[in-house]
Amino acid sequence: MTFWVSQSLNSLALGGLLFMLASGFSLIFGLMRVANLAHGALFMLGAYLGLAAVKAGLGFWAAALTSALLVGLLGGVMERTLLRRLAGRTLPQVLLTLGIAFIIADACLMLWGGDPMRLPAPPELSGAVRIGDAVFPRYRVFVIVASAAIALALWLLMERTRAGAMIRAAVDDVGMAQAIGISSSTLFTAVFCLGTALAGLGGVIGGPILSVYPSLDQDMLPLALLVVILGGAGSLAGAFVGAYAIGFIYTFGQVLVPDLAYVILFLPMVAVLSVAPQGLFGRRLG
Amino acid sequence: MSARVLPYAVVLAAMAMVPLVSTSPFYVNLVSQIAIAAIGALGLNVLVGHAGLNSLGFAVFPGLAAYLVAWLSTVGGIDPVTAGIFALAGTLAVSALFALVALRTTGLGFVMITMALCQIVWGAAYRWTSVTGGDNGLSGVPRPGASLLPLERPEVFLWLCLAVLALALVQLGHFFESPLGVALRGARDQPRRMNAVGYDVWRIRFAAWMLAAAWGAAAGLLYAWYHQFVSPHMMAVTASAEVLLMLVAGGAGTLAGPLIGAALVVLLKNLASIWIERWVMLLGFTFVVIVVLMPDGIVPGFTRLRGWLRRLKPAPAPTLVPRERADG
Repeated sequence: MTFWVSQSLNSLALGGLLFMLASGFSLIFGLMRVANLAHGALFMLGAYLGLAAVKAGLGFWAAALTSALLVGLLGGVMERTLLRRLAGRTLPQVLLTLGIAFIIADACLMLWGGDPMRLPAPPELSGAVRIGDAVFPRYRVFVIVASAAIALALWLLMERTRAGAMIRAAVDDVGMAQAIGISSSTLFTAVFCLGTALAGLGGVIGGPILSVYPSLDQDMLPLALLVVILGGAGSLAGAFVGAYAIGFIYTFGQVLVPDLAYVILFLPMVAVLSVAPQGLFGRRLG
Repeated sequence: MSARVLPYAVVLAAMAMVPLVSTSPFYVNLVSQIAIAAIGALGLNVLVGHAGLNSLGFAVFPGLAAYLVAWLSTVGGIDPVTAGIFALAGTLAVSALFALVALRTTGLGFVMITMALCQIVWGAAYRWTSVTGGDNGLSGVPRPGASLLPLERPEVFLWLCLAVLALALVQLGHFFESPLGVALRGARDQPRRMNAVGYDVWRIRFAAWMLAAAWGAAAGLLYAWYHQFVSPHMMAVTASAEVLLMLVAGGAGTLAGPLIGAALVVLLKNLASIWIERWVMLLGFTFVVIVVLMPDGIVPGFTRLRGWLRRLKPAPAPTLVPRERADG
């Protein structure tokens, strides 16, 4: 019983982190039809920047904020200077984002070395809480709550604000949105900044749980891709459901069949694709 | 016909004569690496260049074949040739299963799914240490046919690689001109119309997928025999990306492009490793520079400059990104 409770909480924590990573990826994908393969690298860069900021003497929260802003800024620059030239051309976009991912990953390796490092959790969240029989780190409870709060905030942004309405309109039909006076250029950059900043924030928040190491990006990007494949690209609800589904499957897979945890991820993908090729909440993107 | 074949024959013959010119095994092995890479790039070209399916998980085909042949001939104790045949068959069987998943989508969905599939197999090779040896991989893979051909000698192994490469060029050259090859490009450009005309677009794409898998597996076999060692790194994202770089640098959709691209990337990788250790960063910068400065690749660019070269090519060079449609 204790096992199931604590592993379920672990799954929720991983699911929350995956949501932070995949929601940004999915928003960018839905709006701009760009698969930002640098997203995993930006997540890792966020974690390293957070670590560097903490080492430089900043508090955890200030470090998280700084890191998210810097990564978001980098994302915005990427979109403005490079991705924008390649609008509508799939293969060059894939190569460009992949190339940027390699550069970021190798730069992280060069700057911070190959050894895994621990990002310390903020002192006010150290220690553990008791849930039934299970003892559970307080920080993970925070991750679960914080990611849920971010999901709620994103949902409110998308569904209840003017900016959200503009994004939804542009996801459905960019041409129409432009015709009624929405500046898709500003919107694209804003969403790219938001999505990448979320990845950076996820990296810092995930740091104390996942620790920070050179192939973190290669571990996280496939999970984010699976979330988007499962949930459907461009859908916030899809990213939410997909993230927690992958969180549970991967966490329990790692505990129950550690050798084959990766192979088990194959199963939900096959199951969903055979029923709904566009993902559970996905629409057909033309 | 002969005018078309001639340049390839000259290039292959020149590659085959490297051991006669240079006694250094370094250059002989370098040419072997180029040949193996070119076979893989030719395979991916079927998907990217002619089917319009941008795969970011191509390394799964050579990876599966290499791991199968390595495991069968070391742990399994089967003789290398039989192990190679089983490895090819096994790779094709798994690839057929993967096709059922990957070919549910096109466009960016296909990019993501192929990448995820390759990562899953990579993860299995990396973590399932009891079978795959984990990060250490499987070593001591024997080369086949000691009685028939002295394949342990670098120059003989090079000639084997070149023979397979020649076979790939002939087969694919014929395929791209065959009705199926034309139908494949039709399915790339106008899937809905092809469907309406009565072609089964899914089956055409499936054929392309299996053809790519077969040449990928052939490259994987040669890779395992060349290095006599396999490790998960051959299925990492960087490995798939390198093949894609060969294609984009050389020009997707052309027959000569993958060959030129493979030579460029292998030479760049080997030369660069002498001076700098940051290959991954160089790869990244190469991608960015190529995409920004030379988005069509070397061969199509060359073609535009010199119209006469067009006669050497079986298929007109398509634009880099085939039109994407939400097809049924």
